Amino acid sequence: MSSGGDAKLFARGKVAELRQELNSGGKKDKNYSAKKIALKKIVANMTMSNNDMVALFPDVIDCMTLPSLEIKKMCFLFLVNYSRLKPDVALKALPILVDDMEDTNPLVRALALRTISYVHVREFVEATFQPLKHLMQDNDPYVRKTAAFCVAKLYEHDKKMVENSDLIDRLNRMLKDENPTVVSSVLASLVDIWGRSESISLTIDYVSASKLVSILPDCSEWGQSYILEALMSYVPQDTAEALLLAERIAPRLSHSNSAVVLTSCRVILYLMNYIADEKHITSLCRKLSPPLVTLLSKPPEVQYLALRNAILILQKRPEVLRNDIRVFFCNYNDPIYVKVTKLELMFMLTTKENISVVLAELREYATEIDVHFVRKAVRAIGKLAIKIESAAKQCIDTLLELVDAKIPYIIQEATVVIRNIFRKYPNKYESIISHVIRNIDDLDEPEAKAAVIWIIGQYADRIENSDGLLQDYLATFHDETVEVQLALLTATVKLFIQRPTKGQQLVPQVLKWCTEETDDPDLRDRGYMYWRLLSTDPATAKQVVMGQKPPITAESEKLDPRTLEELCLNVGTLATVYLKPIHQVFRAARPRRLQPSPALQRPRIEDGTASLLEYNPPTANLASSSTSNSGLATITTTGNPISPINAPPPPNFPVGPGSGPGPTAAPNTSNDAISAADSYFNGIGSQQMAALDLGGRGDGGAGSGGAPQTQFVVTQNQQQGYQPQYAGGAATGELLLL
Amino acid sequence: MLSGILIFNQKGENLIFRAFRSDCRPRLADIFRIQVISNPQVRSPILTLGSTTFSHVKHENIYLVAVTKSNANAALVFEFLYRLIVLGRSYFGKFDEEAVKNNFVLIYELLDEILDFGYPQNTETDTLKMYITTEGVKSAIANSPTDSSRITMQATGALSWRRSDIKYRKNEAFVDVIEDVNLLMSATGTVLRADVNGQIVMRAYLSGTPECKFGLNDRLLLDNGESSGGNGSRGGFSGAAGKATRAAAGSVTLEDCQFHQCVKLGRFDSDRIISFVPPDGEFELMRYRATENVNLPFKVHPIVREIGTTKVEYSVAIKANYSAKLFATNVIVRIPTPLNTASTTERTSQGRAKYEPEHNNIVWKIPRFSGQSEFVLNAEATLTSMTHQKAWSRPPLSLSFSILMFTSSGLLVRYLKVFEKSNYSSVKWVRYMTRAGSYEIRF
Repeated sequence: MSSGGDAKLFARGKVAELRQELNSGGKKDKNYSAKKIALKKIVANMTMSNNDMVALFPDVIDCMTLPSLEIKKMCFLFLVNYSRLKPDVALKALPILVDDMEDTNPLVRALALRTISYVHVREFVEATFQPLKHLMQDNDPYVRKTAAFCVAKLYEHDKKMVENSDLIDRLNRMLKDENPTVVSSVLASLVDIWGRSESISLTIDYVSASKLVSILPDCSEWGQSYILEALMSYVPQDTAEALLLAERIAPRLSHSNSAVVLTSCRVILYLMNYIADEKHITSLCRKLSPPLVTLLSKPPEVQYLALRNAILILQKRPEVLRNDIRVFFCNYNDPIYVKVTKLELMFMLTTKENISVVLAELREYATEIDVHFVRKAVRAIGKLAIKIESAAKQCIDTLLELVDAKIPYIIQEATVVIRNIFRKYPNKYESIISHVIRNIDDLDEPEAKAAVIWIIGQYADRIENSDGLLQDYLATFHDETVEVQLALLTATVKLFIQRPTKGQQLVPQVLKWCTEETDDPDLRDRGYMYWRLLSTDPATAKQVVMGQKPPITAESEKLDPRTLEELCLNVGTLATVYLKPIHQVFRAARPRRLQPSPALQRPRIEDGTASLLEYNPPTANLASSSTSNSGLATITTTGNPISPINAPPPPNFPVGPGSGPGPTAAPNTSNDAISAADSYFNGIGSQQMAALDLGGRGDGGAGSGGAPQTQFVVTQNQQQGYQPQYAGGAATGELLLL
Repeated sequence: MLSGILIFNQKGENLIFRAFRSDCRPRLADIFRIQVISNPQVRSPILTLGSTTFSHVKHENIYLVAVTKSNANAALVFEFLYRLIVLGRSYFGKFDEEAVKNNFVLIYELLDEILDFGYPQNTETDTLKMYITTEGVKSAIANSPTDSSRITMQATGALSWRRSDIKYRKNEAFVDVIEDVNLLMSATGTVLRADVNGQIVMRAYLSGTPECKFGLNDRLLLDNGESSGGNGSRGGFSGAAGKATRAAAGSVTLEDCQFHQCVKLGRFDSDRIISFVPPDGEFELMRYRATENVNLPFKVHPIVREIGTTKVEYSVAIKANYSAKLFATNVIVRIPTPLNTASTTERTSQGRAKYEPEHNNIVWKIPRFSGQSEFVLNAEATLTSMTHQKAWSRPPLSLSFSILMFTSSGLLVRYLKVFEKSNYSSVKWVRYMTRAGSYEIRF
């Protein structure tokens, strides 16, 4: 049915030939069909980045005035593409565009306005300002919505020029437009400007927010998304207002467009922060679950997004999705990225009650073909043993069954998780040691080797030939990776402490290698440390090396409260795929924080310390900016930051990403900053622990030494050593490859 | 929002490159080609490199790619890409490399219309077809200012999906209830998962601006009717009391519903009435999900024995659970065989079975399967011996089928009322069909 038949035009062409074709035809060519064909060829070459085409610029501009909309559109496309390369030639097209903006046909006016504002050339930008002001009041809504987006486009070309004009004020006034499409376009434009500015604040009061919600049904699905995004700038001052709005938005959860659904989820979750009554929170949470599950019948990319957001939302509101674990079971044909994410969710939703079903399911996955997925499934079984104590035995039995199948990568993975099980339950389940040791020859990955070496060291006194096993590894000491060498060092020291006679020959040898024959600073330092320890006071050495270590937990991708809060304000965005602090992935993104208000509910912090978020009465500026009842929303441009949203966090504030129980919101005023800083220093001990957690990986509690109440966390990310690293991916690299 | 839209063929040739912001540079096409198309390791649909994110979907033999900077609304990005596919299909029949190459100028024209500064605009096919057409001539309509105003009103109006001047001599509406029933059964025969994804597709050939009301045997609606309270609390989902009796009385519990843009969601939320002004022609009115009392149309009982390392024996029995008056068509059972299968023999009591080595399957086809009947397949796969023996992963056995006039959820259309100011009478038709979604049985 492909009617076009233009495929033959999609071929590389030469400038001279195309010029000739473009100028052929003459008067006989009534419908300009020769010109159309020539232009199509030029557009095709443009797509193939044949930059020779730029030489045809004057010829193309000559065609712009021909009375054919089809030709005009092609010429405009050419102009938008090449104006940057030849700004001086492009200028010849400017009068044509300016003319068209006064055309009687609204489609032509809009087309001209849309086109001129795509051209990143100073003269074009300047020439847009005046006509734009007229077109913002055009009597055709189609032109007005185009004009609304145009302001954001100009802002991208030249911030200063827009800020110094009254365009943003005018845009603001357009919020009173009677046409919902125009209003939603204005909001999209305002939010876009907000996102790229440091000095502009966006404030929406309750009356305006309420009006916006009431026009939602009259907007296109995209328009609804824009309005919902904008509603994130409304800060409820009263808990009843927040509730009412959330309930009015809830019907949107039944929309067939997932952008509307997820953005509604975002707004509702946001509003919940300002709702006091637990009953209402529970009832809203209950409304969020079914739509999230329904998104799983969408295409896989949308499923993936829904699943990643489910991981996020579940951490914030555990009551969501509580009874739905079976819907996250993997289908055989799910793409791998969907499967892995489902696995993650299954882990989070597993409880004492459903663990048997889950284990049966995971066992099934462990027989699939995709190695990466199988390993994840095995790892999940081990993590469940750590998460649910009463089911540990059951998990271990499942693991051992899998190990008995003798598939090398399953054995390696199982070895690593069994090491973690020992760390969680010291001196329990020792009968499985023999299972692990039996497969020792199958291990060839550093992580698995390090794990089994750790087990040998830790249980040196209970493994008959522990010295022999270590000796086998020590034979190839110099060929091992640093990870394995470190493990060997520690294990040998442990062996010596527990069975001095067996270890006394090995230890000096290993210490010598580690201190004299290595380039690795960590290995050398640790070597010296053990050396001094052993030579100074063997009794203390025993206490230090074999002492009680804090047990580990197995929370998967558990986000710190600050990141969790930030991500919850960004449900449905790309950042929720990565589940990392937003500025780590998207440096340019303007941060969003929960804004203080009398209605803001203090987040309960689990360890019982009081919330760190202080409420400050709105500043005078904030109040004044929301009093103007003329418009629906207010956007203010000022040089100096006025409302809390503008205040950048103090540059040297010591709370970084990954910090433990840090302040939950950006310090808005100096008072806040001080109290937050106080609490930071109060919590410094645990912060250090959090830092040690990162440093001490690979070797259990070897790095620990602080307060024993802090638990180490085994995260998914730390254990991905076998993943091929991705060049150039920077901070996000490891997440890209699934 | 979006910085650009790119379309590639499988070889990585760039077929469409449209930038909407100045940060979308031409070299991004090369980056995508190198990092995604020619990198088999990338398996995620989203790739962020530095400040640039590529989100892509594959359709037929093309890649559709959205380029974004900063933290964009990912749901919107993918919805848009899928909408682009819908548009492409409705314009060209099939949206593949050939269609893109044959219509590249039109696609540029469409992109310019449906995205402004990277923000999706009106994407309703009906409206767009008023002024962007495959025959260039028609765009002349848009040259007259009055016609143009009609278009612009339509594109920005509250009923952007429907033209106001539609007339039919005979007013008709066809409703298709299509259910995909999903099953995951364990090797021991327990149902791990059974649910229904339903879809209600409507073809409306109705004049003027018809206001439609649509009624299902929705349990909550029937409940509300009885208690006449109708306070619309959806919290009622979890109330287990009386569920069984409701089901017996012929009502269905819908776990969740999602509606076309035209449905008044406020009405549904408050009193669960589905009311709307339909677009002209075919559209998907709603999707729903049901998980309770799912009627599984087929019961499959596979016995698979691995005999030594050289042979696998199959005995697969399949029984139809629906009424004897109904029948299923195109029943296909896919029975996995080990990768080192050399040959197979099959015997069936109905239909034909064939070994498909390229898919490692025995495919058993039964063109017509009457209700309540039961058929059996016996097969044997002979394996080649392998030096490196690896355990067979035993993928699940899967079914595909379709059954007319049957819904797995038990859903029924109770009424479709059409109100129009000219008060014409209209004819309505309803069809039901149940298909296999992911119908898998482990063994």
